[in-house]
Amino acid sequence: MAKRLMKGNEAIGEAAICAGARNYFAYPITPQSEVAEYLCWRLPEVGGIFVQAESEVAVGNMLFGAAASGKRVFTTSSSPGISLMQEAISYMAGAHLPAVILNIMRGGPGLGGILPSQSDYFQATKTGGHGDYRVIVLAPSSVQEAVDLMILAFDLADKYRNPVMMIGDGMIGQMMESVEFPEKYREPNKPEESGWALTGAKGRDSRIIKSLFLDPEKLEENNLLLAEKCKKFMANEIRHELYKVSDRNRILIAAYGTMARICQTAIDELEAEGVSVGLFRPISLFPFPEKVIHDEAVKKNIEKVLTVEMSVGQMVEDIERCVQGRKPVEFYGRTGGIVPTPNEVKGKVRELLKLTA
Amino acid sequence: MANEANMIFARPESLRETITHYCPGCTHGIIHRLVAESLDELGLRERTVGVAPVGCSVLMYNYFNCDFLEAPHGRAPALATGFKRCRPDMIVFTYQGDGDLASIGMGEIIHAANRGEKFTTIFVNNAIYGMTGGQMAPTTMPEQKTTTTPAGRDVSLAGYPIRIAELLATLRTPAFVARTAVHNPMRVVQAKQIIKKAFRLQKEDRCFSLVEVLSTCPTNWGMSPADSIEWLKETMQPYYPLGIYKDPEKEKA
Repeated sequence: MAKRLMKGNEAIGEAAICAGARNYFAYPITPQSEVAEYLCWRLPEVGGIFVQAESEVAVGNMLFGAAASGKRVFTTSSSPGISLMQEAISYMAGAHLPAVILNIMRGGPGLGGILPSQSDYFQATKTGGHGDYRVIVLAPSSVQEAVDLMILAFDLADKYRNPVMMIGDGMIGQMMESVEFPEKYREPNKPEESGWALTGAKGRDSRIIKSLFLDPEKLEENNLLLAEKCKKFMANEIRHELYKVSDRNRILIAAYGTMARICQTAIDELEAEGVSVGLFRPISLFPFPEKVIHDEAVKKNIEKVLTVEMSVGQMVEDIERCVQGRKPVEFYGRTGGIVPTPNEVKGKVRELLKLTA
Repeated sequence: MANEANMIFARPESLRETITHYCPGCTHGIIHRLVAESLDELGLRERTVGVAPVGCSVLMYNYFNCDFLEAPHGRAPALATGFKRCRPDMIVFTYQGDGDLASIGMGEIIHAANRGEKFTTIFVNNAIYGMTGGQMAPTTMPEQKTTTTPAGRDVSLAGYPIRIAELLATLRTPAFVARTAVHNPMRVVQAKQIIKKAFRLQKEDRCFSLVEVLSTCPTNWGMSPADSIEWLKETMQPYYPLGIYKDPEKEKA
């Protein structure tokens, strides 16, 4: 299929349709409102539905109800809205329901701002709601990757019957890039074949979808089932990318999303100056590519690991955990909607290596 | 000798053969039965999804013989919206108490009704939080003693009880909204007709429907079942008049 120039938010909406999803619920919030503005006319063209809900609390719970139908369902929002959806995400995880949730992150806490941020890493990867569960978290670094991962997100949600979240900083939603969609769009899935969806108790026993287990042994059983899923995420769904990683690297940068692309520019420019730096970019933030970052960091030539984020330091805790103290882990970040520039990243690298510009 | 041939009263197919956890004198059992009979008589059981609330009827999915979804507190109308929009060919109902619907879930019910979502809500109003042990609800009567209003509901601080049927009837969007009671056989028969009509309107893909049912809570009211019925008649019913508040079949074109 020919390449198209599209804004991230619109491309993500089209990607959901491409994945066979037809059921979308949302509430307006900057900087992702264009997803709803696109899908409100695009979904009816393909027989889909869009409900503009009264709040993100309602969005999350519409998603919960819709997911029980066994059809592919999704929502999109930005940080404060995602906070309001955590109730439903916890319930959906507890009830083993698939759903896809996109967070185009803006600066927080509180109302924060409307500019790009990566400050919802903890919320996304460490269980945003209450209870013993995790969601798969994917982080694209380009509009094309956002399209590819959005399609993957639906497959993973169905495969594990678990919510899947994609998080992008505001730039992913707002920037325009050329994208290519798969030649063949998926047909919507068939709930009757699921074996678990609520399709009416005709010719079978009635089904109950719930997260309530008053018997502690039953609740533990459910939580252990969720823990088993996490093990499967770790075994099967780790995704990452290495950039210019070699035995000559003195510094290994860890960054995700748009931040990783900015770091690539810094790495290219440093290379031209004769300073060798490699990049580790996790694509799945949960499951985190623990072994990859550990194994790359402990290589003899690496002097330090530098984590760069659009936050005051969140993923850096995972990097520290995985590097296990075997190399110094440093951090550079800007927050509040300020995006670190390649020059700032280069400056930090030079500072760590005690080089003068 | 009882046999199939002369059976004149039986458990509706939409109910399971099981013992409920409801207290003596509670009317959830009657209301469950009226819903189940309506589903049976309209032939809806095999394509119905119920949405259970948080509250005394949280375990109702164990008593009904149709597919069920268990909602977070107050959110049943949002779940019902999501499900019904995905499966407009199916029948969806929520069953909610007054804490669930009129307090934490007020936003969800008003907007679902205003969008005209084509599901049915059975709203059981017993003027108190039952499952958590008798705290004040938005529907608690003035002066009524609860565990969080031991001196009685002070309307200067807590306001007056919310009349849900009247509130929803003010919305312009077509809907069927009624208030019923089940404290004597005549009222049970009337309630049945109204609940069945609500499901019929959904079956005909007409409109949102809500049936409020005044209910007793002897345990948390601290009364005998018989005294509870008297209190419902003397205290609740004058404040919560029974009747049909909005009916698409009576509205002018």
